[in-house]
Amino acid sequence: MKKIKNIDAGGLEFSELNAIIRESGDCVIENACGQRFIAAGMSYRDLKIHGTPGNALGAYLNGGSIEVFGNAQDAVGDTMNDGSIIIHGSIGDAAGYAMRGGEIYVKTDAGYRAGIHMKAYKEKVPVMVIGGRTGSFLGEYQAGGIIVVLGLTESERPIVGNFPCTGMHGGKMFLRSDCKNLIFPKQVNIKPTDKDDLKEIEQYVKKYCEIFRADYKSVMAGSFTVVTPDSKNPYKQMYVQN
Amino acid sequence: MIRPDESFNLLEGEVRIPSGCAISAAISRTGKKFTGEGIINSMAPMHDRSNGLGGGFAAYGIYPDYKDYYAFHLFYDDNDCRFECEKFLSRHFDIVRSEIIPTRKMPEITDCPLIWRYFVYPEHNRLVASQLTADEFTARCVTRINAELKGAYVFSSGKNMGAFKAVGFPEDVGKFYKLDEYEAYLWTAHGRYPTNTPGWWGGAHPFALLNYSIVHNGEISSYDANRRFIEMFGYKCTLQTDTEVITYIADYLLRKQGLTLEETASVIAAPFWSTIERKSPEEQKKLKFLRTVYSSLLVTGPFSIVLGFEGGMMALNDRLKLRSMVVGEKDDMVYVASEEAAIRVMEPALDRLYAPAGGEPVIVKVKEGAF
Repeated sequence: MKKIKNIDAGGLEFSELNAIIRESGDCVIENACGQRFIAAGMSYRDLKIHGTPGNALGAYLNGGSIEVFGNAQDAVGDTMNDGSIIIHGSIGDAAGYAMRGGEIYVKTDAGYRAGIHMKAYKEKVPVMVIGGRTGSFLGEYQAGGIIVVLGLTESERPIVGNFPCTGMHGGKMFLRSDCKNLIFPKQVNIKPTDKDDLKEIEQYVKKYCEIFRADYKSVMAGSFTVVTPDSKNPYKQMYVQN
Repeated sequence: MIRPDESFNLLEGEVRIPSGCAISAAISRTGKKFTGEGIINSMAPMHDRSNGLGGGFAAYGIYPDYKDYYAFHLFYDDNDCRFECEKFLSRHFDIVRSEIIPTRKMPEITDCPLIWRYFVYPEHNRLVASQLTADEFTARCVTRINAELKGAYVFSSGKNMGAFKAVGFPEDVGKFYKLDEYEAYLWTAHGRYPTNTPGWWGGAHPFALLNYSIVHNGEISSYDANRRFIEMFGYKCTLQTDTEVITYIADYLLRKQGLTLEETASVIAAPFWSTIERKSPEEQKKLKFLRTVYSSLLVTGPFSIVLGFEGGMMALNDRLKLRSMVVGEKDDMVYVASEEAAIRVMEPALDRLYAPAGGEPVIVKVKEGAF
C-alpha cells in the first residue's frame, strides 16, 4: 500500500510547506492557511488539502492531482501543463490563467477572469469545468481549450458576469444557459448546442457529476450554448492594417 | 524623520517598485466591541503581500470617554516641531487631554517619530468667527498642519476612532501600538508594498480625515486627474502616495456633497457606459448624472478599498476587479479581506463567503444607536 504523509500546515511558511511536499510522496495537508505556490511545478503525487490554500495553487502543474476540500484563492493552475485540480468549493480570480493542459474541476463559483488566455496545441487541450457561476471576463483572450460553466448554484446573477469572451480567438466555451441576458463581443459565434457539440463535453460533465455527486442526466438536460471565435482571425484590422 | 529626506523626495511616478498590498476588515453589526488581536492575526497569512514598508489599522469606537471630541493622532519629527504644533492646536482648539500614544519598544519597528494624541474641540470664538461647521473647521486645520507645519503630521482626526500606522509589517505595527488593548466595533487593516513612492510613516495606510479612513490595495492610474480636481476644494495632497486622494474624495462626496454611499461608489467605480445602457431608465438617469458631474473623480486602475466611517464601512473594488477581495459573514460579524485565508483566521466557520463584483459596494452598518 502506498504511504500517505500527513502534513499539518498550521503556522508553516509557504516555502517550508513546499519543501516538505517536495520530499514526500502523496500527502494529505491539514490546516492550510494562505500558503502560496502549493505544488507549483509538481509532476507527480496526489495531494489532498484541507483548509484554504493560498494563491497560485498548482501553478505550472505538470502531472499528478490536487484535491481541495474547501475553497481556493486566486490564480489556481496558472500555466498548468498537465494533471488535475479539483476544488470542493469556490475558486478565486484568474483560475486556470494561461493553462495549456490538464483539467480543473470547481464545485461552485469562480471569480473574475476564469480561463484567461487558456491555450491548446495538438493533443494538449486544457479543460476547466465550473459547476456554479463566474465573474466577468470569463475566457478573456481564450486561445484554446474547453471551458464549461454549469450554473448549478442558485443566484439572481447571470451564469457569467459582464464581458465574457473578450478577445477570444480560439477554443470553445460551453455555458449551461440560453445566454439571452448576456452580451458577447462581435468576434465570437454563439449558438445553442446540438448533439455533436454536447458529445465533446459529455466525459467532462460526467466526471464533474461523479466527483461532486450531481445528477448527470438533469445537468445535461439543461440548455447549453456554445461559443467559438468567429473565424481564424477575428481581430483582423482591429489593431493593425493586416 | 517622518517625511522622507530630500534624496528620497520623489513624487508619484518618479520611482517604481513592483507591487502587492493586503487589506482586511472586521465589523460587528450589533456594535459589539472586540480587541485588535483578531485583525492583527488576520494579516499574518497575507504577510508576503507586504514588504515591511508600511502597516496600519483603523479602529472605530475606541474612545467612548471622549466621544464628543476630535481625537488627533500626530507624528512629530522632534519636540521643537511638537511645541510649534501644540501652539497652533491651542490657538484653534480646546484641548481636553494630550498624551503620548502608548507603544511597545520592539526591534521590528525602528526610526520612530514622536507619536502623540490630543482630544480637542474647536475653540468657541474661533469657530463662531469662522462661520464654519465644527467638522469643516477641524478638517481645514488638519489640512493646514499637514501642508504648512514642517515635521508635524496629523494622521487621524475623527471622533471616537483612530488610525495607527508605522513603517513595518502590519502584524508588528499592531503589536507596536498595543492594539490588543483597544476595543472597537470596526477594525480595518493594511499591509503595504509601496509601488510608486517610498515607504515612510505618513505614507502607511489608513489615510484618515475626520471620521473617514481608507485602506487600499492597488494603484490608481487616475491619481493626478483626481488630485487636480479635489485640490480645487481645499484639499492638499501632500503625502506622496495615491491612496490619500481617495480619502479626500470620500470626504468630499459624502460629507460636503451629501451623496449616499451607493452614489459615492458609482462615482469612484462608475459602471461602463455599456453597463449603464442596460439599466432601468430611472437608474440610467442617475448613473449618467453622476458620471457626468463627477467625471474627474472616477478612480481608474486596480483597487480594493475599505472605507471606514462612524457606524460602518464600505468595501469596494474597481469596476474591472483587478484586485481580489472576498467577504465573509458569521452571525453579526462581517469580514472583508484580500484573501479568504485572512478571514478564516478570524472566523474558521463562516455562514457565507462570497466575492463581490467589481464596482459593487459592500456596505455594512452597525445597528442604529449601537455605536
